[in-house]
Amino acid sequence: MEANHNITLPEGSIEKQTTTLNFGPTHPATHGVFQNIMEVDGERVVSTVQTVGYIHRAFEKLAERRPLYQITPITDRLNYCSSPINNMGWHLTCEKFLNIQTPKRVDYLRVIIMELSRISDHLICNSIVGVDTGAYTGFLYVMQYRELIYEIYEEVCGSRLTTNIGRIGGFERNFTNAAFTKLEKFLNEYPKTLREFESLFTRNRIFMDRTQGTGGISAERAMNYGFTGPNLRAAGVDYDVRVQQPYSSYQDFNFTVPVGTTGDNYDRYLVRNAEMWESISIIRQAYEKVQAFKGTDADVYHADVPEYYLPKKEDVYTKMEALIWHFKIIMGEIELPKGQIYNAVEGGNGELGFYLISDGGRTPFRLHFRRPSFIYYQAYPELIKGGMISDAVVTMSSLNLIAGELDA
Amino acid sequence: MALTNEYIQEQLVAKFGDQVTAFSTTFDILSFESPKEMNLKVLQFLYDEPSLGFTFLTDLCGVNYPDNIGGELVVVYHLHNFTENVRLRFSVATSIAQPDVFTASKLFESANWMERETFDFYGINFVGHSNLKRILNVDEMDYFPLRKEYPLEDQTRIDKDDEMFGRG
Repeated sequence: MEANHNITLPEGSIEKQTTTLNFGPTHPATHGVFQNIMEVDGERVVSTVQTVGYIHRAFEKLAERRPLYQITPITDRLNYCSSPINNMGWHLTCEKFLNIQTPKRVDYLRVIIMELSRISDHLICNSIVGVDTGAYTGFLYVMQYRELIYEIYEEVCGSRLTTNIGRIGGFERNFTNAAFTKLEKFLNEYPKTLREFESLFTRNRIFMDRTQGTGGISAERAMNYGFTGPNLRAAGVDYDVRVQQPYSSYQDFNFTVPVGTTGDNYDRYLVRNAEMWESISIIRQAYEKVQAFKGTDADVYHADVPEYYLPKKEDVYTKMEALIWHFKIIMGEIELPKGQIYNAVEGGNGELGFYLISDGGRTPFRLHFRRPSFIYYQAYPELIKGGMISDAVVTMSSLNLIAGELDA
Repeated sequence: MALTNEYIQEQLVAKFGDQVTAFSTTFDILSFESPKEMNLKVLQFLYDEPSLGFTFLTDLCGVNYPDNIGGELVVVYHLHNFTENVRLRFSVATSIAQPDVFTASKLFESANWMERETFDFYGINFVGHSNLKRILNVDEMDYFPLRKEYPLEDQTRIDKDDEMFGRG
């Protein structure tokens, strides 16, 4: 093969020429539709060019013709490992924009669901890092608890992956006893499994050798690249939207923000694990607070906003006003106030932002999603440069790239 | 001293005079505009001035206002100061006939793809960008789909063959 003259070969190059390697888009090690065209010198990555957009679905354009509540199912399909966070982030944005105050119980219930989805996001990411380093067992251990989390979603909203959970103003129905029973089961059993998972990996010599010192980034570079979430915290910046701009009553909870130092794959793994422990603690606190509501307070699961929250079905059949609101909401006939808002939540991957511009019409004039993984995936060539191909695979999964979020 | 929106505005006006305009605060975020030639100077000033320290580019996106003649396309920057926890929105408008805006990718690596995305959807030409080509759409596309001149398909159209969509 002819030498590629555009590439400067690294010092001590063995092969004296580079090879072009097409990695992806449907390679099993990419865990999603990612394509990388790599220049490799032997097994070392010299440079790489990412191709994105394979599952682009024009969400921002679609959103321009939808009333607010119809945009929720679009947000499901961004980071589909933690869709409830996306749904609620969108609802919180709408509520802030429309100046809707939600009851405390709604906030706490939301916190429970959001932290559950953070756990389901992180456990997938960390166990996939394990799979990519050659340890399949841990993945199977934690996977059954993702299943349990999905069952909780199912009890709350009826679906599992693309949840469309909740409404503007709260939840579509109150949590059932079955949901709380499953939540208790999760809180009782998951910590044990997570400890087991950690004992398999955290001090495992092979795992440490594979992940320490690979895919590292400094705090300055990470900030310049727009990293947020666990990936930024692993590099040593304690930025967490839940702390910086508390939403959904996160200020009522005690939790710490774990940070790493080197920003490498091992630190990312540690930060995600520590965050899962924090999430468990937050869920416990939130569940206690939810249980403290007694009597009629325990039946509150949405704010009183007839303009945006669908009335009960039996009311629609019997009450004129409810029928009118039902019709207006379904047909999207509610005019929005003029203005613009940027609101962010701490998604599974980092700061998930919604930039909404309204011109006073019934649908957003412009809606832009700030998708964390789209922004930090740019750093991938820098992260894997000079490393082995097999480390590039681990780096990709440890960044927790989600194709749906990347391509919007 | 906590960084307030009033202080940011004072600093900007002191530095750029009447080049920075349309200050307003919505939902705690200060937003302002400047001529498009000034965008890098403003971003650099916000980045370098120690008392401001907007070193994090949260978001960059385009907006199309077809009725705003001469400024049909707008680039919106969301900046963030982590230590003071203050956000800022800054926008520049450009005409659709000559949509040239200086690139911010030399200052923020993160702007690279966000500018490509904005180019992809709005056709804003980021002058000085190292690799300005489409990112999410196919390379062969010859229009900029998020511009308002391209409406979504009429939902009530009936000329489609239902059989092709699983509804036959």
